Amino acid sequence: MVTDNVTANDAVARLLLRQDVEAFLYHEANLLDERQYDDWLDLLTDDVRYWVPMRRNVKFGELEREFTREGQDINWFDEGKPTLIQRVQQIQTGVHWAEEPLSRLAHLVTNVEITDVQPDAADAGEVSLRCRFIIYRNRVQTETDILVGRREDTLRREDGQWRIARRKVLLDQNVLLAKNLTFFF
Amino acid sequence: MTITFQPSAFSGLVDRDNGLVSREIFVNHDIYAEEQERIFTRAWLFVGHESQVAKPGDFFISSMGEESVILCRDRQGEVHVFLNSCTHRGMKVCRYDEGNTPIFTCPYHGWSFATDGSLVGVPYYKDAYHEELDKSEWGLLRVPRMTNYKGGIWASWDPQAPDFLEYIGGFRTYLDILFDGWDGAEGGTEIIGGIEKWLVPSNWKFPAENFIGDRYHNISHRSVDLVGIGPSGQGRRDNRERDGAKSLDVSFPERGHGTVIFLRPADAQPVQSYQNDPIVAEYFYACEIARKERQGELWRILGGPGTIFPNMSYLPRQPRSIAVWHPRGPDQTEVWRWFLVDRSAPPEVKEFLRQYYIRYSGPSGLTEQDDMENWNYAHAASRGAMARRLRYNYQMGQGYAVDDFEDGGLHLPGTVLDTTKARAGEQNQRTFYTRWADFMAARDWDELAGWRNGKSANGHAAQGNGAAGR
Repeated sequence: MVTDNVTANDAVARLLLRQDVEAFLYHEANLLDERQYDDWLDLLTDDVRYWVPMRRNVKFGELEREFTREGQDINWFDEGKPTLIQRVQQIQTGVHWAEEPLSRLAHLVTNVEITDVQPDAADAGEVSLRCRFIIYRNRVQTETDILVGRREDTLRREDGQWRIARRKVLLDQNVLLAKNLTFFF
Repeated sequence: MTITFQPSAFSGLVDRDNGLVSREIFVNHDIYAEEQERIFTRAWLFVGHESQVAKPGDFFISSMGEESVILCRDRQGEVHVFLNSCTHRGMKVCRYDEGNTPIFTCPYHGWSFATDGSLVGVPYYKDAYHEELDKSEWGLLRVPRMTNYKGGIWASWDPQAPDFLEYIGGFRTYLDILFDGWDGAEGGTEIIGGIEKWLVPSNWKFPAENFIGDRYHNISHRSVDLVGIGPSGQGRRDNRERDGAKSLDVSFPERGHGTVIFLRPADAQPVQSYQNDPIVAEYFYACEIARKERQGELWRILGGPGTIFPNMSYLPRQPRSIAVWHPRGPDQTEVWRWFLVDRSAPPEVKEFLRQYYIRYSGPSGLTEQDDMENWNYAHAASRGAMARRLRYNYQMGQGYAVDDFEDGGLHLPGTVLDTTKARAGEQNQRTFYTRWADFMAARDWDELAGWRNGKSANGHAAQGNGAAGR
């Protein structure tokens, strides 16, 4: 039956898309963990937005004020590609003492859910997704940070490959327990 | 258990005459506990900015030393600071960071406090207390001294502490650069939303002394200088306005405050800066002209990093901000960072600065990440049984500071070390630890306010009290 075929094709398309997107996310995490920062930058669109708000303790009913606002408040990060490139360049100077010696990083990405596809799964040009992350960072001798949170990404297909057009990182901390954020989420 | 030290227990830890400071004062737990008593219950501490509690009922939870305090504005519009601890059984009456409320209700047994601190609600008041509890005696503990200086809210637990303006003395000339508008308009600044808060594994005095005037740590920032994040795309700051300026380290040994400044030549004129953005460049240029008009000779002073003893540091120009180094044990500091902009600046300027502040400052800032690495491991490497027997060396430029600095007819308040040629000095750090020793030794504010009788608690001559003038 025609209808069933359409449904089946659609389901397969969504399955393949999901597979494709997850593979991209794992590839990206791997680049960061392997310190392939230039390759990582290539995965970002030129107009990428990278936003990590700070997080307040607010009263129930005022949760809209929980996060600092993009484009208005001080945030942990609220920037585009030029500053991200500078962060990479700084690490690559070899005298960025907060990353020298380099951190040992493990990005664990999980709970991936595709929340929007444009125009459709079979011919996806832009995908919105959310996922959870755990970032384990170990440095020098005993310095250890574990950062856990939620991420909302928008991926865009450019020249036949996925690139990150937007990343919003909701970190599950109030007072930041790490002394710095020299790594990428 | 708190050991009660005799004041003499601290003598010798700071050797002012030889520029040496014992590492014990950074790593020793007993000394740390005494600091909480002797410094943080007596000094003036920065609590917040009035723009954070603009409306009646607004509150902002801050910290004085280790203790949580509530900064709030009551229904009559008056600003208060209270200990954030229920007078019944100690529970924090507020665990939010900020907000607006008519009342603070303790989650433990339900005692309720109005925003003026008064105890207004006690469950079972009639039946269990038989209406015999005198509620007027059990309001929130009010911090007895509080002042709003140009929007900055400061408080002290010590009823005997001098007025804030006496506490800062001649340093006011320099602190004003932080709180006034860039055009010199009195108190023309406001806070950008979002206070950075994070932990640094080092003693609180490392950052305080770094900000008071460490011009020596250029190597720390080599990487960011190479990358160039400054407002004009170079270095970490925009330094064009410093062309031809003298570098001066200014400190107030009898008070403990200090700052590094740049003094433009007497015939200097405003220069264009922030050329990356025409609107921003135009704004600051117009401000410079207006400030020169308003302030005359004082316009020649370009503010740099500074510290108000004990734990409030600031950057008055780039990136304009306040840092408070809250002690959290000898080995840990919780940093809170406020960012300031001119209230009347156009949106483009505020946005330009906001982006610069973020990429410069704090745990995500390209510049300050490297500072924290140094404080972290300097502290860690000073903790050992052998390491702590050593003393830190603060001898740079010792004996070269003057108390009557004058340049082109402008007399500057404070003790001034000219570092134009030397490029760095440690007069300000010596000032900081001299004052630290004063606080640890002095019995009360009669001894601490040494400028009143020309002697500090340490016996050195007190001066530098006046305001700048010609």
